Amino acid sequence: MGLISNGSTIFDNGAMASGFGGNMVFIKKLTASSSATLSFVDGSDGVVLDDTYKEYVFTFKNIHPATDQANFQFNLSIDAGSNYNVTKTSSGFRAFHPENDSYTGLAYWASGLAQSTNFQSITDGLDNDNDSCGNGTLTLFNPSSAVFVKHYISTCQINEGGSQESMNNFVGGYGNTTSAVDAVQFKMSSGNIDSGDICLYGIA
Amino acid sequence: MAVVSGGTTLIDNGTLDAAVPTGKMTLLATQTASASATISFTSGIDSTYDSYVFKFYDIHPATDDTDLTFQVDTGTNTSYNQTITSTAFQVFHKEDDSSTTFEYKGNRDLAQGTAFQPLCQDIGNGNDESMSGYLHLFSPSSSTFVKHFIGLGTNVYSGDASIQIYSAGYINTTTPLTRVQFKMDSGNIDSGVIKLYGVGG
Repeated sequence: MGLISNGSTIFDNGAMASGFGGNMVFIKKLTASSSATLSFVDGSDGVVLDDTYKEYVFTFKNIHPATDQANFQFNLSIDAGSNYNVTKTSSGFRAFHPENDSYTGLAYWASGLAQSTNFQSITDGLDNDNDSCGNGTLTLFNPSSAVFVKHYISTCQINEGGSQESMNNFVGGYGNTTSAVDAVQFKMSSGNIDSGDICLYGIA
Repeated sequence: MAVVSGGTTLIDNGTLDAAVPTGKMTLLATQTASASATISFTSGIDSTYDSYVFKFYDIHPATDDTDLTFQVDTGTNTSYNQTITSTAFQVFHKEDDSSTTFEYKGNRDLAQGTAFQPLCQDIGNGNDESMSGYLHLFSPSSSTFVKHFIGLGTNVYSGDASIQIYSAGYINTTTPLTRVQFKMDSGNIDSGVIKLYGVGG
């Protein structure tokens, strides 16, 4: 049943009509369950990752690694997920503070890539204690451009596994390709993503 | 038909009632640069929303090694010379892995200055080089407080590097702000898109 007010459809077919919701549009949620990878591929399983939006935001909720001190990472694909190996240059920094208050730090973080096709770390080593996890966001700008490189920025807050720290990781960089990026894959640097949610939004 | 709950009208006459809090981010305006000396947003910035976010998509400068910058003004003024105090820091990494930096940028901050505030650093003007990011402006219509902002620009540095500039500060006026202007610190904005969103409200 639709809800129509003064001739304007507000709700129909289980969804709010265009123009009534916000401009941050939910696209897809993937939930990890001992997952080696989680992939968002344009045109697959309801995923939109094309020129529909100029900006896409991935949100990470309670990412828990199977392996202690594994980094949470992503890579980009220009061939619908056949290969996740886009060349990237990036930089990052981190703020950290251990639970025992013995030190604090703010420093460049050597997560940055230099024309590398490796996966991009967006967290440092996550703690895999039962109550530990990581949360944050990754923003991908204009991935369908056929002209420009593909900029990204990420901020994550984690339980760091090596020194029992609260750590805030910041990363920015670009996929150095003028081909359209049409898929993004997430994984841990070692072992599985034990649990956690990743949501994809388009910014209209 | 109206939708009324507990005596409160939620939907009527084809729209959500203005009193219904949506918490959403609402697109207000989109401007596309085409060899533009400036891009100005002169309407839509008022007390309707708690804050306003400008998003930058692939800003491409006509002149190599230039910054996207912004200033603000009040009323219908067009001087774009409000007083700003701000901070800025950068994180940087060259494509050939020859250098990294993480440092305060004393040449990208202002101390009660009326110059345009940089949002990034030294964008290359190669065909595939550009800048993206955002500027978040808080409570611009306040007549009580100064106006805080936070910016993040990520770009291809003209010397083939990834660079991010984190800027933040305040426009030191209690007069409501009504307009924001963007320009390169030299030359035109060759191409790119700037979107303005209202947040909250």
